[in-house]
Amino acid sequence: MTQPQTLFEKIWNHHLVDVQDDGIHLLYIDRHLLHEVLSPQAFEGLRLAGRRVRRTDATLAVADHNVPTTDRSLGIEDPESRLQVETLSANCEAFGVEVFDMHDPRQGIVHVIGPEQGFTLPGATVVCCDSHTATHGAFGALAFGIGTSESEHVLATQTLRTSRPKSMRVTVDEPLPAGCTGKDLILAIIGHIGTAGGTGHIIEYSGRAIRDLSMEGRMTVSNMTIEAGARAGLVAPDAKTFAYLEGRPMAPKGAEWDAAVAYWRTLASDEGAVYDREVRIEATDIAPQVTWGTSPEDVVPITGVVPDPAEAPNDAKRGAMTRALRYMGLVPGTRMADITVDNVFIGSCTNGRIEDLRAAAAVVRGRRVAAHVDAMVSPGSTLIKRQAEEEGLHRIFIEAGFQWRESGCSMCLGMNPDRVGAGKRCASTSNRNFEGRQGRDARTHLVSPAMAAAAAVRGRLADVRELLD
Amino acid sequence: MQKFTKLTGVAAPMDAINIDTDQIIPKLHLRTIKRTGLGKVLFDELRFNPDGTEKPEFVLNRAPYRDAEILVAGDNFGCGSSREHAPWALLDFGIRCIISTSFADIFYNNCFKNGILPITVSPDELQALMADAEDRENPVLTVDLHPQEITRPNGAIVRFEIDAFRRECLLDGLDDIGLTMQKAALIDAFEKTQRERQPWLYR
Repeated sequence: MTQPQTLFEKIWNHHLVDVQDDGIHLLYIDRHLLHEVLSPQAFEGLRLAGRRVRRTDATLAVADHNVPTTDRSLGIEDPESRLQVETLSANCEAFGVEVFDMHDPRQGIVHVIGPEQGFTLPGATVVCCDSHTATHGAFGALAFGIGTSESEHVLATQTLRTSRPKSMRVTVDEPLPAGCTGKDLILAIIGHIGTAGGTGHIIEYSGRAIRDLSMEGRMTVSNMTIEAGARAGLVAPDAKTFAYLEGRPMAPKGAEWDAAVAYWRTLASDEGAVYDREVRIEATDIAPQVTWGTSPEDVVPITGVVPDPAEAPNDAKRGAMTRALRYMGLVPGTRMADITVDNVFIGSCTNGRIEDLRAAAAVVRGRRVAAHVDAMVSPGSTLIKRQAEEEGLHRIFIEAGFQWRESGCSMCLGMNPDRVGAGKRCASTSNRNFEGRQGRDARTHLVSPAMAAAAAVRGRLADVRELLD
Repeated sequence: MQKFTKLTGVAAPMDAINIDTDQIIPKLHLRTIKRTGLGKVLFDELRFNPDGTEKPEFVLNRAPYRDAEILVAGDNFGCGSSREHAPWALLDFGIRCIISTSFADIFYNNCFKNGILPITVSPDELQALMADAEDRENPVLTVDLHPQEITRPNGAIVRFEIDAFRRECLLDGLDDIGLTMQKAALIDAFEKTQRERQPWLYR
């Protein structure tokens, strides 16, 4: 009888090429995603060393960070952004890597298109030069962000030199209360364990609340694992996972599909498997969440107030809170639901999928965006945009006063022209509320899509439960 | 990659927790296809006003910290994005060593790929080293990777731990792609077995 193993241990052990005496593991990588911002220097390194891409069939590239979300037939105005996007296509052509350029109907945010194409598969190791690679863990893939030098290493060798991380299990047993989504759950988890709480760990999410989530909801949870400091999140693959993947263009077909599913079913953590750390979250306590500060751990329920640094547990935290409140222009004790917003952004690899757009549209339907609010939707992929249009969601958004844009990373980080102005306040479905993230001196409040929609129509942060039928 | 053996230099204090990669290098400066030249935009929004003039209160705009080669910073340094532009910008500015109580994982890995030594110390040690760095008369630390020691201005020694393989790579300036390519036979064998067992992973 072998020792009970966790999902993480099974995947890790199945990918070990070599274990060195000094504790370094050579880990095989099954799927490598690339985008235009962090890949040019990796390709340049290969070129300088005369190396090739070892497995072009395991590599897929897409332009997402820099692309305009307005009319793409006009090209990219900014010369640096244009050069990066063109360089991606040129590099992919030179090295034989498949690329979705910004005019491709399959274009979208790298972490949305991987699952959408069936490129992401359970049990696989997935890497990308992007910290939100954690998203793919929703499929039971071991997926984590790497740097450009590591990406070059994967391109050349299809492996990574790494050491074995620790494991953590986050269990959420009860179902989520009404009005709460995967986004509210992951924000509550980050608030609980802290932005460095998962450092050095891989987090497996388990329990009823996780199983009840759709694949979209699981992706949202896994996506923000990095905001808790852990490089990867994992959810055991189940019938929902297989149903999502079946028939996707790059997913296995026929007998191979059956064999793959049979293998994927063996991946779930064994009974009695041991984790380095266990955390339990009481889902019944969760209300729709909203951030007040400049770290994703700075989170409170929408029914709460801006916290007081005087109540901070230590000097370091007090200093960080004081600085965050100054940046955010907020006063302790202010009710979160009294904070007015200037912008609303719905999109990103965290919350740009079809279910997210449906949830936002359900709140917006028959209502108007407040006169002082600039609101936009950027679907997570071009295929999601098309699906939303087939469902008529775009009309709901446009009639309410939203801008309906093309797909890309957009206002989540504002590398393209989609930015929040200095001193302006944005309710955003994205993943980071860091200083300057959405634009220099811009102020971000992270929320779910339904909460973002509520903020748009109320013109202030608002409890979406008041707007639901 | 540049080797890292021993460094004696000015240490700049950044007494804040969660200094993230968006602060280290804002995204607008990621629109480059080169690794070099990013030192001038390191900590851009903390260091410069929108009109390009310096913010005099920012530590790296003050003597003697303009010439800093070491950063002493609060917990969870480098959290956020995987952008290797963060270590590239630090290196281009002249920073070769960062001392904190903890680092975000991806940033930590990225440092080693670029000849930067991230050192993890205890909260008490950090407090002492932060005080050393804040002494503008003599904020000079010596970091020696061979014995894994930081020598403080008062001569006291702070020992630090580091992974043996990473230490060796820094000391020798090794290209780890070259090292891994020596294991091509193991990689070939892994692929052969995996292809038989999980053919769906091969397109």
